[in-house]
Amino acid sequence: MNAFFSPLGDQAIAVDLGNKIDEETEQQVRKLSILLESRQPEWLIEVIPAFVTVSVFYDPCIATYDVVKAEIEELLNHLGDDLPIQSRTIEIPVCYGGEFGPDLEFVAQHNNLTAREVIDIHTSGDYSVHMIGFAPGFPFIGGMSEKIAAPRRDSPRLRIPERTVGIAGNQTGAYPIETPGGWQLIGRTPIRLFRPEDEIPSLLQAGDKIIFKEISKKEYDAWEDEPNAENT
Amino acid sequence: MLKIHKGGLQTSVQDLGRTGFQKYGVIASGVMDPFAHRLANLLVGNDEQSATLEISLVGPKIQFTEDALIALCGGDLSPKIDGSPIKTWRMLVVKKDSTLTFGEPRIGARCYLAVAGGIQVEEVMGSRSTYLRAGIGGFQGRSLTKGDDIHTGELTPMQLKALERSSDSEFDWLVPPARYFEEPIIRMIKGKQFELFNEASKEQIFTEAFSVSGNSDRMGYRLEGPNLALEEPTELISEAVAFGSVQVPSDGNPIILMADRQTTGGYPKIGQVASVDLPLIAQLKQGEWLRFKEISLADAQQRLIEQEQHIREIKASIQLKQEEWK
Repeated sequence: MNAFFSPLGDQAIAVDLGNKIDEETEQQVRKLSILLESRQPEWLIEVIPAFVTVSVFYDPCIATYDVVKAEIEELLNHLGDDLPIQSRTIEIPVCYGGEFGPDLEFVAQHNNLTAREVIDIHTSGDYSVHMIGFAPGFPFIGGMSEKIAAPRRDSPRLRIPERTVGIAGNQTGAYPIETPGGWQLIGRTPIRLFRPEDEIPSLLQAGDKIIFKEISKKEYDAWEDEPNAENT
Repeated sequence: MLKIHKGGLQTSVQDLGRTGFQKYGVIASGVMDPFAHRLANLLVGNDEQSATLEISLVGPKIQFTEDALIALCGGDLSPKIDGSPIKTWRMLVVKKDSTLTFGEPRIGARCYLAVAGGIQVEEVMGSRSTYLRAGIGGFQGRSLTKGDDIHTGELTPMQLKALERSSDSEFDWLVPPARYFEEPIIRMIKGKQFELFNEASKEQIFTEAFSVSGNSDRMGYRLEGPNLALEEPTELISEAVAFGSVQVPSDGNPIILMADRQTTGGYPKIGQVASVDLPLIAQLKQGEWLRFKEISLADAQQRLIEQEQHIREIKASIQLKQEEWK
């Protein structure tokens, strides 16, 4: 296992497990995160997994950088062990277009498609969540077809309503809270992605598989906010 | 109870932050100047984790509905009780119906008000800190404003005894105040992407002065100075950032990430401020200047350990004084 260690200041260490976004690196990132959290070394404060990096926050009054680094190096020998990695698939219903998706037409025209085709392509991707960041519960989702890729808006919108689904480049995702943002907005989900009252406040987690499913405006309006997240 | 008659510029409930949820994109929040916050709590006999009010630049107007033990630590924003100036970095008894107000910011930008019993708001994800952007935590997820009634927690027997004695003259000791500077030298560890910057930038970051821009807030301090640039444009893959990460977006102006930083970022990090110097930045005002000086990681960790020892010593001597309250 090739890992590159660097200090993220005096209270965290960054462990790079690769230098490009691919499935193998992502698996290693998840495994190291799970190992650290299950072993709970005394110095551990928290772990932030990203695309290729696991950042480990620790208490330097308990262990210095060199000690933490050595202990993580030791853990890397166990990434091949059987680890209880859940594989969840979560369905996200989306009402596309109209007031919820003001940029659906732009995405269609940009790619010489009809709005219908954009929706069909968006609901047929092989999606997985690379990481959660930017905003609480905000998923960076990979696996979208290049056929519906679209550039960010020249100037970001100041307020994007929560639960709006968007496209930026070849990424797709949804804004869990109202925030400024530059993504092209194609629809909205009735499901809340950020749930501060829950023990795990984010509906989605790194590693989850995602299915986008089209729903009508009527279904959207009738939606009662059930998690509707089936583990498979 | 604390009755808020004026909210001030930005007064919010904060504690030492929300840990364990950054992997879900939930920011850490918490106080900007942890040193001042911790000492304010210790002075009134609270746990260091208790929530305080973080007061910025233009202070609030607060009426106490009962006798209370309070301490103000951090920047000197000219606090007064019923119009008379009071000292910071010490414990005070305030009488029922007294009113706390603030005047000109003399030194620093942020002051922490600890009240015996702690500021009592519901915990959200294990913390009482206000997460302004998401509108959760603290008092209704927002800064305080006129008409808010803020509850404080129950007092320990020792705190009650101190209140019974109720004469400030019996508590005329203070802790050594933190020293804040108008043009501080901030110690910085080289960042992961330091070597990607061009030669001029690598030199300028440690030789030139930077001023704090008006766009600075709890999320980050935006600096103005020489334009920093990478040797060649490089797309980075987003990864976690930390309190004190100094990242440089493409406009060349560095940003020091503070308490309300996002959990991840994709801009190159030229450095990382030593944790012990973060309070110095938290206390800077718009238009003030700072300089960076390199520090090794080992040295930065050593300073942090020494600071913890220092706080433990202060805590022990406060506890000795508190024994006298009995």
